[in-house]
Amino acid sequence: MDSVAQRLSAVGAGAALELRGVTRLFGALAALTDVTITVRPGERRAVLGSNGAGKTTLFNCITGDFPPSSGTIRFFGEDVTHFPPYERIRRGLRRTYQISALFPGLTVQDNVYLACRGVSRGRFSFLRPGQNDALMHAADNLVQAVHLSAVKDQRVAELAHGQQRQLEIALALAGAPRFVLFDEPAAGLSPTERAELIEILTSLPAHIGYIIIEHDMDVALRVVESVTMMHNGRVFKEGLPEEIQSDPQVQELYLGGGHE
Amino acid sequence: MSLAHDAHVAVRPTAVAQRPTRTWPEVNNPAAWIVAVILLIMPLIASGFFLIEIFASTLILGTIALSLMFLAGYGGMVSLMQLTIAGFSAYMVAVFGVSGNANISLGWPWWLAVPMALALATAFGTLGGALAVRTEGIYTIMITLAIGAAFYYFTNQNWAIFNGHTGINTVATPHFWGVNWRADIPFYYIVLAVAALCYFAVEYLSRAPFGLALQGVRDNPRRMAALGFNVNAHRVAAYAFASFVAALAGVLQVWNYRQISPGSVSVGACIDVLIIAVVGGITRPIGPFIGALIFVLLRTFALDFLVRIGLDGNRFRLLIGLGFLAIVFWSSDGVIGLWQRWRQRQRPRTDRPGGGRGHG
Repeated sequence: MDSVAQRLSAVGAGAALELRGVTRLFGALAALTDVTITVRPGERRAVLGSNGAGKTTLFNCITGDFPPSSGTIRFFGEDVTHFPPYERIRRGLRRTYQISALFPGLTVQDNVYLACRGVSRGRFSFLRPGQNDALMHAADNLVQAVHLSAVKDQRVAELAHGQQRQLEIALALAGAPRFVLFDEPAAGLSPTERAELIEILTSLPAHIGYIIIEHDMDVALRVVESVTMMHNGRVFKEGLPEEIQSDPQVQELYLGGGHE
Repeated sequence: MSLAHDAHVAVRPTAVAQRPTRTWPEVNNPAAWIVAVILLIMPLIASGFFLIEIFASTLILGTIALSLMFLAGYGGMVSLMQLTIAGFSAYMVAVFGVSGNANISLGWPWWLAVPMALALATAFGTLGGALAVRTEGIYTIMITLAIGAAFYYFTNQNWAIFNGHTGINTVATPHFWGVNWRADIPFYYIVLAVAALCYFAVEYLSRAPFGLALQGVRDNPRRMAALGFNVNAHRVAAYAFASFVAALAGVLQVWNYRQISPGSVSVGACIDVLIIAVVGGITRPIGPFIGALIFVLLRTFALDFLVRIGLDGNRFRLLIGLGFLAIVFWSSDGVIGLWQRWRQRQRPRTDRPGGGRGHG
């Protein structure tokens, strides 16, 4: 079925991420129903929706944390529907988690080093990194980029919440990401930290596309060029940020959900 | 302050040069040097009995417990089959090598029998690990315990290879270069060398990519997969390494007693290894050796002590059990943890790492 020729024919379709009819069931509950989304390389998109709209499940299906019950997922033309998560990550997909998923027993530097190591060779290396280890330098640079140099030798368990969120982003930017899924990166951040987050997102190289789940419209709509609105596990509306913002149906749904 | 910090960040080479070099933590620790010297000159101090029954036994048991510490402390996988792997290795040395049971032993020279035993025991442990990594937490304990129990009953009932409940006796030990390597002093040094090798290997690996990734798997397996790691492959590889360490100890064990029987691989003995590792502390590789020393001292001297105060000498396990309870109650990271906390209390307040940050 998944012949090499078929996979190759899809290359050149041009989409960074292409979901076709993705459905995810948890028992009788459909967390996602027939979701079809296409994102261009370098495109930056927000996924909005109230709690339970299926946004995080969508991410879990794309990364393979939970495989979809049906439907196909293509990443840069390649059918990755049945790939384990690490195979998708090695192809340039990245994600962050809504609740920080870090390694609390390790230092900041080691957390980032692991992220760099995970998408390169030598994951099983028995040799300690030397003074001029390229990945150590890459980790140093990433730690600097998210403003954590001052605490890089501290254990992650000792970090403040905002610092953990920054580290969460650093882990997703290791190696050569081609497409990143940000799951509520601004959750629990102070206004200053939000400004820093926006700066990090807008200063990403243009070829790196992303999808961001964000409840804070001020953050979300400033860093994206397109919006997908989800409701009850389905794609409800797609469009430009201004269109979505001024859509009366969207406002009713979104604000209605938020006021509860 | 912040300006200085920014300047420091801007100059990349300086930042790199100032990274603390990761050397052996022991190099600057005088206590470690003293222990090393004492271990090296031990044959001058200790009698043959102490050398073998106390120190060699401690180092062999400690190495088996070290393999558990590696899996549990770094990988978060509590394997109760580490002693079984050591026992399997010991059996294989007896089966492939020379022993009093000529109908079973193949009579290979030790330098062929030992690599064979190590390879087979490592394969055995890796297979067991491949089964165990499909589970987490208490189910890992149950599967590995089941493997240990199955092996114990199998050795009891299989006569063709394992010679049933009598086991294999009078196992030959190596003689070469005109030295009987099972004589007390040469054997002590062999055991010390193997234990030190395993200890430093585990210590070294803990900072190598493989060991760091294993700690990542322990802390958050799902995130490790989302960073590009094949988590199960990493866990199986950890079992393979730990099995090799346990297999090395198994070879020493069969040379030590010159025999191997089901009693050495009983379920109780499997659990002793867990107790040794937990009492010593599974956060650092030195822990299992401290636990093993406590265990061997109690096993050897508690009997006399109990008889002297008018109790049944066979109750030494009672003392071990009470000690185990006390340790687990007061220090979840074993004797190591007690020691570290005591050291921290000795230090002046300002020196304490993370002082005043506790409430953040």
